[in-house]
Amino acid sequence: MTKRAWIVISLCIAAGIALGSQAFAADRIIKIATQTPLSGDQSAIGVDMKRGAELALEQLSGPLTALGIKVELAPFDDQANPDTGVANAKRIVSDPAILAVVGHFNSGVQIPSSEVYHASGLANVSPGNTNPKVTTRGYLEVSRIVGRDDVQGVVGANFAFGNTVKSVFIVHDKTAYGQGIAEFFKQKAEQMGMKVLGFEGTEEKANFDSLLSPILAGNPDLVYFGGIYPQASVLFKQARERGYMGMFLSDDGYDSADAVKIGGASLLDGAGTYYSTVSGPASAYPGTAKFIQDFKAKFNAAPQPFAAQGYDSMGICLKAIENAVKANGNAIPTREAVAKAIRALKDYSGITGTFTFNEIGDPTVAKYFVMKVNSADPAKWNENPVVQTLDIAPPK
Amino acid sequence: MKRFVKSINIREMLRPLGQMLIFSLGSTVILSALMLALALILDRTIVGQALFQRLNVSLYTYTLVNLPQVAIDGLTIGFVYAAIALGYTMVYGVLEFINFAHSEIFATGAFVGVEVLIGLEKFGILSGASLAMAYGYLLLAIIAGMLAAGALAVSVERVAYRPLRHASRLVPLISAIGVSFLLQDLIRLTESLTTGQYNRIMPTFGNFDHRILLGRMTLGATHIALGVSIKSIIVIVSAVLMLMGLNYMVNATKVGKAIRAVAQDPQTASLMGIDVNRVISLTFLVGGMLGGAAGVLYALKFTRIDPFVGFFPGLKAFTAAVLGGIGNMTGEPCSAASFSACWRPTPAPIWGFSPWALPAPNIKTSSPSAS
Amino acid sequence: MIALFFNDISRKINQGIIPSLCIMGHMILGTALVYMFPRSNLAFLVLITSFFSLYYFEADRRFKFVAGAVLTLLIFPVVGVRNIFYLEVIFQISVFSALALGLNIVVGFAGLLDLGYVAFYAVGAYLWAFFGSQQFYILHYAPGTQPANLPFLMPGDTFYLFVFAAIFVAALTGILLGTPVLRLRGDYLAIVTLGFGEVIRVLANNLDKPLNLTNGPQGITPIQRPTMPQAAVDGFNALFSRVVGHTVSPADMYNVMFYLFALAVIIVIVFVTRRLDDSKIGRAWTAIREDETAAIAMGVPLVKMKLAAFAVGASFAGVMGVLLAGSRTFISPESFSFMQSIGVLSMVILGGSGSIPGVILGAATVTILNLQILQGLSLYLSQLRQSDAVIPIIHFAWANLSSQLDPAKYQRLLFGLILILMMIFRPAGLIPSRRRKRELVSDALTDQDKE
Repeated sequence: MTKRAWIVISLCIAAGIALGSQAFAADRIIKIATQTPLSGDQSAIGVDMKRGAELALEQLSGPLTALGIKVELAPFDDQANPDTGVANAKRIVSDPAILAVVGHFNSGVQIPSSEVYHASGLANVSPGNTNPKVTTRGYLEVSRIVGRDDVQGVVGANFAFGNTVKSVFIVHDKTAYGQGIAEFFKQKAEQMGMKVLGFEGTEEKANFDSLLSPILAGNPDLVYFGGIYPQASVLFKQARERGYMGMFLSDDGYDSADAVKIGGASLLDGAGTYYSTVSGPASAYPGTAKFIQDFKAKFNAAPQPFAAQGYDSMGICLKAIENAVKANGNAIPTREAVAKAIRALKDYSGITGTFTFNEIGDPTVAKYFVMKVNSADPAKWNENPVVQTLDIAPPK
Repeated sequence: MKRFVKSINIREMLRPLGQMLIFSLGSTVILSALMLALALILDRTIVGQALFQRLNVSLYTYTLVNLPQVAIDGLTIGFVYAAIALGYTMVYGVLEFINFAHSEIFATGAFVGVEVLIGLEKFGILSGASLAMAYGYLLLAIIAGMLAAGALAVSVERVAYRPLRHASRLVPLISAIGVSFLLQDLIRLTESLTTGQYNRIMPTFGNFDHRILLGRMTLGATHIALGVSIKSIIVIVSAVLMLMGLNYMVNATKVGKAIRAVAQDPQTASLMGIDVNRVISLTFLVGGMLGGAAGVLYALKFTRIDPFVGFFPGLKAFTAAVLGGIGNMTGEPCSAASFSACWRPTPAPIWGFSPWALPAPNIKTSSPSAS
Repeated sequence: MIALFFNDISRKINQGIIPSLCIMGHMILGTALVYMFPRSNLAFLVLITSFFSLYYFEADRRFKFVAGAVLTLLIFPVVGVRNIFYLEVIFQISVFSALALGLNIVVGFAGLLDLGYVAFYAVGAYLWAFFGSQQFYILHYAPGTQPANLPFLMPGDTFYLFVFAAIFVAALTGILLGTPVLRLRGDYLAIVTLGFGEVIRVLANNLDKPLNLTNGPQGITPIQRPTMPQAAVDGFNALFSRVVGHTVSPADMYNVMFYLFALAVIIVIVFVTRRLDDSKIGRAWTAIREDETAAIAMGVPLVKMKLAAFAVGASFAGVMGVLLAGSRTFISPESFSFMQSIGVLSMVILGGSGSIPGVILGAATVTILNLQILQGLSLYLSQLRQSDAVIPIIHFAWANLSSQLDPAKYQRLLFGLILILMMIFRPAGLIPSRRRKRELVSDALTDQDKE
């Protein structure tokens, strides 16, 4: 046959393989889906959220397997794009084997996608959405295990005030996550009487020279960065190189060992570098250290921010499904039953905290830790000491 | 040996140096004067008063004190962009075609250089190196980046552009966009498969981060330290050397003459015995090598790279090339690039202006009076 | 030889009653497959390709019209409500077809390479997002800090009004963009339009100070939709709830409603495009595209024609933007990135710039590739990895395959490959318009003959 015919035939075969994904139909298989950005700018965090969930599935699905139910992971990539997120959400919803979704990272994707989840009663546990709107809509299906922007920003401002900071300069990364926290930090800081010398957003990943000039000119006591550690660490390092010796404060996007890989010893100079997080220190939560170890062993890299939250979200889903299965006489439960079981969980002890959900899906009490960066060695990241602990209930 | 020494064209080496000095310093001075004038005018207005409220200094003093540091930073990054812009301008001069993929060639050079250094660090070589050896390793990384980027540029030309040389204008342009996207993901794929992460961090070694203090200036209650880091000096010197080398090659060697000939009229050049295809490949090679070197320098200055690092610098470099005169092969390609690249300081003072122009915190209180 | 063989067969098939039978058979087969295997991608593809057998076979025009109406108005909605993912895919195909048709006018007809087309899409979306939500009352609040329970500025039914308003607003934006860039040639125009696309995205991201117009990166939500008449829901339920398997809620009917809107917009766009193609303006565009200097010499008003191209293309995108805002009830700047512009461009290039059925095919192919095939492949790989299966001949366990080799992550690679391969092997596209084919392919051929 001619070359062209061979090409056409092989394309057809490839397409057939791609589309014939119905091959694995067995009984008593349930799936838990994850939807995070696996490609694009924020894929570092999205990939590790999925990996954290994968690790949890491996380690915590024992009870369900003992009941005769095999649990599979169905990872989806929302590409940080709302259109893709909604399309994937509809695909997830139309697969009856999927009983829960762990996702997303971008609130901008989560909000339209959760409309789809809500319309079909599919439970969604979010490991990283901090926009208040995610839960203020009051859907039974949507819960989250991280604190909201309007809590974490306030935590940061309280900490700053407690350290007699008189002037701050706020920088954020122009995403819903970073800017959200920064806005609340600014609001609270102004309320408490601290002078806000500047509020800048930047998408720059590397060249902060032009941002540093006004920072140095104003010489604030504290520089707050709302965003993820790659930008924050580079900014802090460059600021120290320029001679700025004040305090640095960031949010839980900073909580990764790679932050000191980038920043190095400069983070320890001057008034120090601090960050707020819900992930407790290894001393209070021994599970965290084990998680980091297992993660490194399986994936050959240190976990990024929110990987631990991915682990906990999956753990919560698994536990809730287990409870629902037992309540249903060992039969596979409905999606509604799973959603109710998630909300009914009391004091689930995960590696990032102990979780009980309030009536709109926020964790009832979020324990916030403010940690100080203590060592330039990435291996010693989880030995950073806790400087302050706050228990804050989310606003209604 | 004597013939070789005599054949070195000293004039052609020093001319671009002089031109670059004049252009860069001149544009810096003019822009600074503009900024100071603007500051003087705005000092009487609400912008100046807002700044005074916040920092207790007048707008004019603020600008004056910040300007030298801003100028130094701008010059540093400007020379990097000039080096990248050269790739664009060379290809455009010879083929009248914008090589969209050049930003990814720049990124490839950065990745190869950083991977070489990370590899050296893993074997413990970097931490024990003396100062001279540190510079040596940096040079090694730059050369590795140049070779990889040059090779990639030549292959891209061979595969994606040469079959389309006789098609209408839009076709190779679209192909170039496709190559750019393909390369971004290929870099990501290769990095993920080999090292598991595609955001790479330049290892710290040598004295590159050390900052030389040039002076202090008072600003209100604080001091602004004026300094330049060794990294910046290395970047500027390397970029200047590259520009000079390119200029020498294009204007004072036989190969350069061939390139200029093909840029002017490919058909006649081929009649004169010049192998047009080889010359075009050579152009891509040289442009790619310069882009690759610029990539390693960029990674040195800014520490962290990811597969999408090429997009914005590529866009800015292209703007610089157009501003200075893209495709200007017979004249002075590098001085054009450096002149336009030194307009880079402009965003920095505007950045400096922006915190003052923020009446945002006061909007809620002032709106009743405004309405 | 093979080409002759196929030509022979197609002539024989396209006579008499055979084409009508083929079309009907294809449609019935597709529907049956989708009904029996509700989650199979292959069945869905069979159903979608019945559209193209509709195009390809030469049956009686009235028959084609009726068959097309049955397919789009009856079969797709019912199938879509049964499995909402299919309706989402069909809706996205419709939206991107409309966008690609708009870009087709700028790139395909007038030959102006526009890399920032998504800017007009954003303008339309934010237009309805601002007026159809509470954003007017949030003007003075920082994003996220506003109180709850604010009123909406306009009632939801003014949506229809804004669909028409978007035509003019987007066309105005197109003219504003076009005016300074008219004198630029192909390469420079591309860069400038790329810049404009980025400008609009960055504007959307940053216009939250001093007045909160776009709510910054958090986006605007909730955005209203027009009211759904209860009669429509009840009627649909009465007719189809047994076929679909459950009672249909208003939320599902909204999906159908927006799909029908998108369909209506596409029909209007196709009609407008065909009339323009055949008109004085269309011929002027062809003249500009093929040789600008000659066109000026022949007295074609270059400025006006280029502006017209921009304005018409932009208006299509603006209308689709309003539809998007209404259907998602949420808009954020992340939907309007450079990737989207390149995505729409690759649809036009893949399908055939200048050809209407080609562009629709391109849009459908890229959307299905992106949403179904890539994701399907990676889900399948993920299942294989979690099972104990082994690749047969080389006995390599699937579980050991690196998790980085995940097809869904490499969307850019796919777009890049499409663009390069299409340009090298088939620059006129999959379904070329005859004129463009002569223009693009013959250049390469005549030069090869010369050498």
